Amino acid sequence: MNGTTTREALVAGARSLGLGVYALAASIVLFTLSVVSISLVLAGVGFFTTPTVLTAVRKYAGRRRQLAAAWSDVLIPSPYRPFPKDVRGGITGRVERTTLLIKDKATWRDLRWLLVDMTAGFTVLIVSASLFLYGVMGFVLAAGLWRAFRHDPYWFAFIPVDSQLTGILAALLGAALLVAGHRWSATLLKAHFTLTRSMIAPDHEQEQALRIARLTESRHDAVDTSAAELRRIERDLHDGAQARLVAVGMDLGTIEALIEKNPAKAKELIGQARQSSAEALTELRDLVRGIHPPVLAERGLGDAVKALALRLPVPTEVAVDLPGRADAPVESAAYFAVSEALTNVVKHAEANRVWVDVSYGEGMLRVAVTDDGKGGARTGGGTGLSGLERRLGTFDGILAVSSPSGGPTMVTMEIPCELS
Amino acid sequence: MRVVLAEDLFLLRDGLVRMLEAYDFEILAAVETGPELTRAFAELEPDVAVVDVRLPPSHTDEGLQCALAARRARPGLPVLVLSQHVEQLYARELLADGTGGIGYLLKDRVFDADQFIDAVRRVAGGGTAMDPQVIQQLLSRRAQDKPIGRLTPREREVMELMAQGRSNAAIAAQLVVTERAVAKHTSNIFGKLGLPVSDDDNRRVLAVIAYLDHGQE
Repeated sequence: MNGTTTREALVAGARSLGLGVYALAASIVLFTLSVVSISLVLAGVGFFTTPTVLTAVRKYAGRRRQLAAAWSDVLIPSPYRPFPKDVRGGITGRVERTTLLIKDKATWRDLRWLLVDMTAGFTVLIVSASLFLYGVMGFVLAAGLWRAFRHDPYWFAFIPVDSQLTGILAALLGAALLVAGHRWSATLLKAHFTLTRSMIAPDHEQEQALRIARLTESRHDAVDTSAAELRRIERDLHDGAQARLVAVGMDLGTIEALIEKNPAKAKELIGQARQSSAEALTELRDLVRGIHPPVLAERGLGDAVKALALRLPVPTEVAVDLPGRADAPVESAAYFAVSEALTNVVKHAEANRVWVDVSYGEGMLRVAVTDDGKGGARTGGGTGLSGLERRLGTFDGILAVSSPSGGPTMVTMEIPCELS
Repeated sequence: MRVVLAEDLFLLRDGLVRMLEAYDFEILAAVETGPELTRAFAELEPDVAVVDVRLPPSHTDEGLQCALAARRARPGLPVLVLSQHVEQLYARELLADGTGGIGYLLKDRVFDADQFIDAVRRVAGGGTAMDPQVIQQLLSRRAQDKPIGRLTPREREVMELMAQGRSNAAIAAQLVVTERAVAKHTSNIFGKLGLPVSDDDNRRVLAVIAYLDHGQE
């Protein structure tokens, strides 16, 4: 009926009941504590309690966001301004935190939400749950409970139940309520979460602020990464190719002096100089590959990924569907992202086959790297995948990893860009 | 022997001209851009061309593309491609038509003038000269697969040199064994790879590389 199964309807009803009771109690307690704590700020005591209480409120709201996503597919973004990294400890830290929290618009929206949650939010949930409970009550009355109320009729909704006949009417009404519950409990639960979203999702201004914060962060990352990269290149040149070329120069000088006095020794040095210059070349070549791979420069992303795949020890299939070339920085970011993903596969996945798909559509460059390995890859925790995520973040790109334990693993990357 | 040379860096071009002349090659033209190279191919009849992969004006793989186009116009036209880096991808494109007379070497190989000139002559004669780096990539990549995996270490060494285009005599000299021993190794290799025995040096190299290339898919 209406696409929902009885099981789903019952689950929604039970969840509504549980959440309703919990929300009523928790919202009242948290709201009271918050109001008291914030009013005590003027007296000084509030500085000590407010951060704790408001952090609890945020956790509570965060839990509701999770439930909304898990139970009703309602996604509620988090609007909180991040704390600056250098908040101090001790009493000054407490004062600073309190000030930051009170200044954040999200705090006040949270408090307003608590009020709505303990009233309208709670009501919606209880209606959803009651449809079942009250429906069952109708049958219980009809089954004989009405006898207990024979002299003082029990009002089941608008029916005064004092006889078997009215009892049967109550059962009919109960049945109607059960049908309504079956049809609407999930909808009501979703309505509750929609209401929650309207209260605690970031408004336009907050969204802008969050976006700016994110951009600032990714710009910092980008600057840090490129500075580190420059340092690495400088060091590699200095310790590698540069030093070897100096050695070649010295050898040549010695050869000049020796060539007539000791031709055998001179010949030996020539060999040595040639060896040094060959090594310098190899080092320069590796360095160039690390900065901008030659095939990428010559042929673009598609062929560069194909060339990369040819060098892998795992058989790799590459499918490329690109109608043009992206900007060099985007190509480069995508290439190194693929390269890193493939390196991860080789190092950790124990895969027998790898598939790389490069395509473009709706303003997005998409790359999917799939392997048939053991799975269990995840972002976060300082893994290579987090670095990859940051690298893509600079271009507003995103990374998604699907890697159930036991495999297969699929890493998907998307970068918004134009092709030329 | 008459050579067309394409290299955009003056120092390298100059060095190559001098080296080739020192070994009695006749330089028909030493050009620095793709269009000039295309014209040289059309107007001159070189015995062999030595071409840099990356050439102006595009500074991408213009030299490679010119060489491939020239070989389509005149199949089997011997071309030795030089590059700062070697990629299997390009090696396959060059070998794809299977007519031989192809070389693909790192620029570093000019350090050893004798070997480099040997490679130019081999290519001019319709043979192949693949850079050891390409061969190693191919072999390491194929190593887990059965036929190559069955080769003994010595046979693999022989195979690498053979794939570079060396003759049995050259392989024997390099590995310090007799030519008879090399011949035995090569016939073992052909046996293990299931290839018909052939005397033709070039054909056997192409067969090996084509096999490696084909087995990739």
